[in-house]
Amino acid sequence: MSHYEAPIREPLVLGDKSYHDITEDIAKPIEGAANKNWYIAFYISLAGMLWGFGCIFYTVGTGIGVWGLNKNIGWAWDITNFVWWVGIGHAGTLISAVLLLFRQKWRMAINRSAEAMTIFAVFQAGLFPIIHMGRPWNGYWVLPMPNQFGSLWVNFNSPLLWDVFAISTYLSVSLVFWWTGLLPDFAMIRDRAVKPFQKKIYALLSFGWSGRAKDWQRFEEVSLVLAGLATPLVLSVHTIVSMDFATSINPGWHSTIFPPYFVAGAIFSGFAMVQTLLGIMRKVTNLEDYITRMHIEYMNMVIILTGGIVAVAYATEFFIAWYTGSPYENYTYLSVGAATGPYAWAFWSLIIFNIITPQLLWIKKFRRSFIITFIISIAINIGMWFERFDIIAIVLSKGHLPSTWWRFEPTFVDVGIFVGTIGFFGVLFLLYARTFPVIAQAEVKTILKSSGEFYKKRREQGIPTKPAINVANVAGTTDKSNKE
Amino acid sequence: MYQFSGKLKTFSLALILVGLVGIGYGFYSAPKTVEEAKEIISHQGAHGDSHATSHEEVKVDEHHSSEGVETHGAVAETHASADAHGEHHDDAHAEHVLHQLKNKPWSALYVSLFFFLGITLLVLAFYAIQRVAQAGWSILLFRVMEAITANLVPTSIVMLIVIGSAVMHWNHMFPWMAEGTFDPTSPNYDPIIDGKSWWINLPGWAIRSVVYLAIWNGYRWFIRRNSIKEDTVNDNHKTYKLSYNVSVGFIFLFMITETLMSWDWIMGLDPHWFSTLFGWYVLASLLVSALTVIAFVTIYLRSKGALPGVNDSHIHDLAKYMFGFSIFWTYLWFAQFMLIWYADIPEETTYFAMRFNEYNLPFLAMVVMNFVFPILLLLNSDFKSIPWFVVIGGVVILLGHYIDIFVMVMPATVGAQWSFGIPEIGSLLFFLGIFIYATFSAFAKANPIPTGNPFLEESEHYHYYNIEHRGEGSGDHH
Repeated sequence: MSHYEAPIREPLVLGDKSYHDITEDIAKPIEGAANKNWYIAFYISLAGMLWGFGCIFYTVGTGIGVWGLNKNIGWAWDITNFVWWVGIGHAGTLISAVLLLFRQKWRMAINRSAEAMTIFAVFQAGLFPIIHMGRPWNGYWVLPMPNQFGSLWVNFNSPLLWDVFAISTYLSVSLVFWWTGLLPDFAMIRDRAVKPFQKKIYALLSFGWSGRAKDWQRFEEVSLVLAGLATPLVLSVHTIVSMDFATSINPGWHSTIFPPYFVAGAIFSGFAMVQTLLGIMRKVTNLEDYITRMHIEYMNMVIILTGGIVAVAYATEFFIAWYTGSPYENYTYLSVGAATGPYAWAFWSLIIFNIITPQLLWIKKFRRSFIITFIISIAINIGMWFERFDIIAIVLSKGHLPSTWWRFEPTFVDVGIFVGTIGFFGVLFLLYARTFPVIAQAEVKTILKSSGEFYKKRREQGIPTKPAINVANVAGTTDKSNKE
Repeated sequence: MYQFSGKLKTFSLALILVGLVGIGYGFYSAPKTVEEAKEIISHQGAHGDSHATSHEEVKVDEHHSSEGVETHGAVAETHASADAHGEHHDDAHAEHVLHQLKNKPWSALYVSLFFFLGITLLVLAFYAIQRVAQAGWSILLFRVMEAITANLVPTSIVMLIVIGSAVMHWNHMFPWMAEGTFDPTSPNYDPIIDGKSWWINLPGWAIRSVVYLAIWNGYRWFIRRNSIKEDTVNDNHKTYKLSYNVSVGFIFLFMITETLMSWDWIMGLDPHWFSTLFGWYVLASLLVSALTVIAFVTIYLRSKGALPGVNDSHIHDLAKYMFGFSIFWTYLWFAQFMLIWYADIPEETTYFAMRFNEYNLPFLAMVVMNFVFPILLLLNSDFKSIPWFVVIGGVVILLGHYIDIFVMVMPATVGAQWSFGIPEIGSLLFFLGIFIYATFSAFAKANPIPTGNPFLEESEHYHYYNIEHRGEGSGDHH
């Protein structure tokens, strides 16, 4: 890769940083003690999680009937939350894999946390397919295993079965991808550790990484291959999730645009969640020099883009629903019936939070403002939840037969489980932020001299950063001078 | 500066001429009256061999199913009464075939026109994306992309002619333009299409079509002018930033106009059918073709020494895009096909049933050409930087996507009467000639290196890490 960088590009690492400074800054939250705020946040999350677990046990012990579902609306909060959490996870893979393929260097400061978010979000998502089963203890029957029922197997035609494969593959590949990237960073913590117990733990986690040239070469190749595999994976996972709906014959669900539109929505909501988390994290872990205003702005640009794609998809859905000439489409998602029916409030929340509010990000000042970014990212998280709720509940509430029209009202158990997953997610993420290097220091170090503020300024002023040797004259090349 | 060689110019003009003769032949040989159509039908039947017979049967089946399943109400009634009078039915059938045969030369022209216009448009969009993404690798290819977009002007003019001819009812490609479609008293009345008349109507369609062309050509005119201006002005990147902002606006408008264009120009050929994914599916097909064309022109110009600084890494990147978007196209193709196949709702399934029955070979061959072939050929990193490899892969991709457009258009306009012959080849040659002429004369008119671009040096130093640069005499080998 070229080591020349156009001066017009903004620096990615602020301040006069050396390699050692990067190590120090990233190791600090792990090596220090947690403060009071961390404990407050942790206990709140833990309380939410335990409450959610209580609701799950109550559901499994008593029966699905404790939820607000009825015989016409068989999916509501459960699958809404499932799709919402899977969608949130997608930004992590997008940042680590797709942005790697597109050689976006700004990904390096955010990919670690985005991937952590992916994995913790997929954990939450993975709960719902199990707990929304009537007989979750028979859940293992979805696996094609030889058995004593004359080898009774699963039917491979159901998108719900594809979901099983998609989510489990997605989780495992993301985990491996994440962990591979963590090896050099765990090794760094291991090498710095002074307490024997801590040293032992990080020695275990870092798999004996010693950072030899051959290791690095293979490391990079593995990263590229995994990125190349994770990209189609991330597209296919949410595609398969979308097919839970799109393969059906319900008006409002049966729509060929769902696969790419769900993926775009997933990236949209996932980036919003990354913004929410990093907006807080950069402050509390003092990583403002790495997660800069520019990172926030670039993520906002991705949000604008994917939000635009989603908006075009809404418009397409709306238009084609009318264009079909089918009277049934007029009662469903994104149609006159949805905009005016009993769920109009949910429909308009979607429009306001998802389409109208993010348009503020066209303004550069807002795009670069932390506080406005934070507010808009929360709005998008809400809006994208409503998108899934609208798709699922509004469509099911008004099917082909008017005699089946019914409404859905969540019970405290529905809400409690959702709150529980948010708590669980918070617990995992807070623990992660205290024990894992939240920024990929090995990666950031590769761009320090090409994209660091200090080095960029020096180059601009014509001051060589390595004055003694002029490599350009020795090797007969010009671009090496920037590399050293 | 590049010199558009006299040889290439003559060659492109020859292509245009030969193409025109082919197109003219297509129009000349199309039947003009029902009698001629009847003669052709009997001629087809008279072949007597099993192939012709089975073909005829399928065709009649299609004729029934297309009227029985796709249309409702008044038309179906007409059909029923037509069945009652056998004589009348033969006439109706002959007229139906006559319309399809009359459509043949128009459709041949339209498929090639849409293919070339769409490729040019997507090159323009890709160029805008490169600007907005502040790509560092592709700056040396900017003039190549700009030159290709010069093809937008002539193809838009031909498109305007086709739009005009449709408005004048010179062809029957769009069934909803037939007389009486919106008139309840007419035997041709189609209540389904009439229900969509708020969108599907002639003035609206024509105005929208002109607006799309105006937006695209407007951006192309502006950005080409501004890009050349960037070379010489020294205004602290003010011109560059203006190009950036206008490109953002263009991408916004492009997203919308492309979707609408695909509904108006392609999906409207089957006015009873609909698919929400369709706009993006067309987009993917044209995008991968556009990337292939950029790679072809780059490889050609580099071999002529007209692109100093473009190295194997640039070719590698283009080939990666060809590879990646081939898979993306397949993803959208499969998503659309599978969802319709899975749910099997009759009003949607007819679209693919028709294509499967009547266009079986091209329909399946295109999936092989657009997916299996590129994925096997372009997966290897080394292969992606070898020009002749990229060319082989690219030829198959381009042919595959031509077939894709062919299978989008032909079943709707000519149905079972399709063939691939002189009119189709003539149209291809005609637009290829225009493409070569427009592209290379535009490339010869400007500095091949956009010297004013702030990322130019990045592009000149661009080297993808595992690509070995073979003998292009560039000094930046590391």
